[in-house]
Amino acid sequence: MLKLPIYLDYSATTPVDPRVAEKMIPYLVEKFGNPASRSHAFGWETEAAVEEAREEVAKLVNADPKEIVWTSGATESNNLALKGAAQFYAGKGKHVITVKTEHKAVLDTCRELERLGFEVTYLDVVDNGLLDLEVFKAALRPDTILVSVMMVNNEIGVIQPIAEIGEICRAKGIVFHVDAAQATGKVVIDLATLKVDLMSFSAHKTYGPKGIGALYVRRKPRIRLTAQMHGGGHERGFRSGTLATHQIVGMGEAFRLARLEMGAENERVRMLRDRLLKGLSDIEHVYVNGDMEQRVPHNLNISFAYVEGESLLMAIKDLAVSSGSACTSASLEPSYVLRALGREDELAHSSIRFTLGRFTTEEEVDYAIRLLHDKIGRLRELSPLWEMVQEGVDLSTVQWAAH
Amino acid sequence: MFAPVYLDHNATSPADPAVVEAMLPYLSAQCGNASSRHEYGRAARRAIDEARSKVAAAVGAHASEVVFASGGSEANNLLIKGAAACLKPGLLAVSSIEHPCVIRPAEQLRKRGWTLHRLAVDADGRVDRERFAAAMVERPQIVSVMLANNETGVVQDVESLATQARAAGAGCFHTDAVQAVGKIAVDFRRLNAAGVHALTLSAHKLGGPKGAAALVLDKRLDIEPLIAGGGHERGLRSGTENVAAIVGFGVACELAMERLEARGRQFLTMRGQLELGLVGLGATLFGQAAERLPNTVYFAFPELDGETLVGQLDRAGYAVASGAACSSANPEPSHVLQAMGVAPELARGAVRVSLGGANTVEEVDGFLAALQLTVLKLQQLTAMAV
Repeated sequence: MLKLPIYLDYSATTPVDPRVAEKMIPYLVEKFGNPASRSHAFGWETEAAVEEAREEVAKLVNADPKEIVWTSGATESNNLALKGAAQFYAGKGKHVITVKTEHKAVLDTCRELERLGFEVTYLDVVDNGLLDLEVFKAALRPDTILVSVMMVNNEIGVIQPIAEIGEICRAKGIVFHVDAAQATGKVVIDLATLKVDLMSFSAHKTYGPKGIGALYVRRKPRIRLTAQMHGGGHERGFRSGTLATHQIVGMGEAFRLARLEMGAENERVRMLRDRLLKGLSDIEHVYVNGDMEQRVPHNLNISFAYVEGESLLMAIKDLAVSSGSACTSASLEPSYVLRALGREDELAHSSIRFTLGRFTTEEEVDYAIRLLHDKIGRLRELSPLWEMVQEGVDLSTVQWAAH
Repeated sequence: MFAPVYLDHNATSPADPAVVEAMLPYLSAQCGNASSRHEYGRAARRAIDEARSKVAAAVGAHASEVVFASGGSEANNLLIKGAAACLKPGLLAVSSIEHPCVIRPAEQLRKRGWTLHRLAVDADGRVDRERFAAAMVERPQIVSVMLANNETGVVQDVESLATQARAAGAGCFHTDAVQAVGKIAVDFRRLNAAGVHALTLSAHKLGGPKGAAALVLDKRLDIEPLIAGGGHERGLRSGTENVAAIVGFGVACELAMERLEARGRQFLTMRGQLELGLVGLGATLFGQAAERLPNTVYFAFPELDGETLVGQLDRAGYAVASGAACSSANPEPSHVLQAMGVAPELARGAVRVSLGGANTVEEVDGFLAALQLTVLKLQQLTAMAV
């Protein structure tokens, strides 16, 4: 028996892996000490657990544990990286570069930097969602101090050319931040070779708990930041606040499992994703958004033409999917990411993001394929536009009456 | 080997089993992101809404006044920096015994042109009323005075301080109630009527999990967010909500309120027992003349180093603190005791015992016995060294 609705929204958040939850629970109950308590064994025990988890996070991305700073999540990591670096290096210049398809956590922070007197360039992407390196190079200025480009896009799953951008930034002495919230466990990340200075991570996108993330802060060459949260001086002064041990332990275990299992898991998920794509590709007028090569294996973002977006979401409520990112899904605006790809509003509106994961089954994928065939067919039967298309009318030539 | 006895509840407290049980579904099947529109997301949203009501109820606030954050430090940073960001730089007054997560952000604001006034306290750790009145005449734009101090447990008369501040024409009044909620009754509505605009509380100090806290905010107060991106929490705090911890926070608040009176009586009995024993051993008690949290005792033995004492007590099976946990790595004597005018030699001997709901009279007796042995041993060593 299938459990409905079927969860196909792994980029919004993932379930906590049962192995992760099991490891967390003792730290809520008997191992509850404050890792900052230096005067008793309750504190030492949790401090050791925090450090072990730090090593696991570092190992997944081939970094030094001393380069990992705990935060409450990737949003906080992005805020700390961007505001912290911009404020610290403001003496060198006030120009920041990012991309129009970044997550809101980066874009909203950049808006804030603009209010603080920084100048931000928001780069366009090409129609497959990828950043054109020539466009990037052309945007660099002598006063550019900071570049922020996400590794994997949350809506369309495309992988940006981080290695190349890193080389360019390092050669010019520009701090390079990468939001890798969607990348861990899906893409191999080797910070020993990537010339990335700051990298944001989240646990809950990689089968860990919500409420915990990390920021990688490179030590060689050393990157400095202005702290955004002040207090007891935790995390070597980068981020004050009592460490939530159970969440940290959960993130460590989640990242350990990702390191051990991502090879096999990604192949399995890729097969399911390709099965989904194949199953939907015999529906007429469907368009895949984003490059299919430079893309994580679990993401499929499809526009269904001649179907009204809201009706589509209502019709397929047996599938837990999203029409944009979770963070912006409360609004009825079409996805700004798809618009940046040049999709017209109508198509952006009728787009669905399917993100598969560790617990997705073939049976679930097949159910989704059948449901979509059925519902899209019915919705189009009700659509006057579809009727016109079937009659051979070229809609782009139609003169619509204003009303 | 006996299981060690935990007497450091002001540093952090274990989550209540009922709290953990309420959290578990959100660490397994209920996996939704509260911003998602599908059923998984809506279930998470409902759980957060319910928790918000419970947290609000614990402090007599309205659910719409509660802003969730990742911890007390973040909530305090949010208020101090967020309120300052909406104002022209001016005067900021915080008590000299605040937690570092209020003092440090206040100090940071000096870089942006603010003047920081540290409000003095008396020998028992209470805000000095005359000097407070004098400071309010300068009409500070932000005032922050903690409801109960984490080290001494001394409770401030925040209601009357806020009344006084408002009468003098001061601006935003904030109180850090992280140590107070769950130990004494806290009523934001009443405090708000007196002129308190914002209050901080934290889950892990009251039987909830680490990783959740709340800033209770008078909606007329303008603040800028500390963390941008996505516009969660009415735009005041972005980031995917920590559903499990927030649910645990709600249940912990509910339980704490149910147990408040009984716990208070139980704590007072044990605190009396502790203090009697401590005085008998020749200890100096801090803040004794002031109203204090019923669970906290802060003391020192002249000429005995606090670090050494807590180390020995840990070996004897009793977990206590030598200062605030966050600055335990710091060899400086407590800034709270310094502000109270305690001599540095005595302040270096400070030891804090903070009780929790699971502690018993027998444990307190055992602690006093272990303390007596430890103190005698250390005094003999000190005498020999001299």
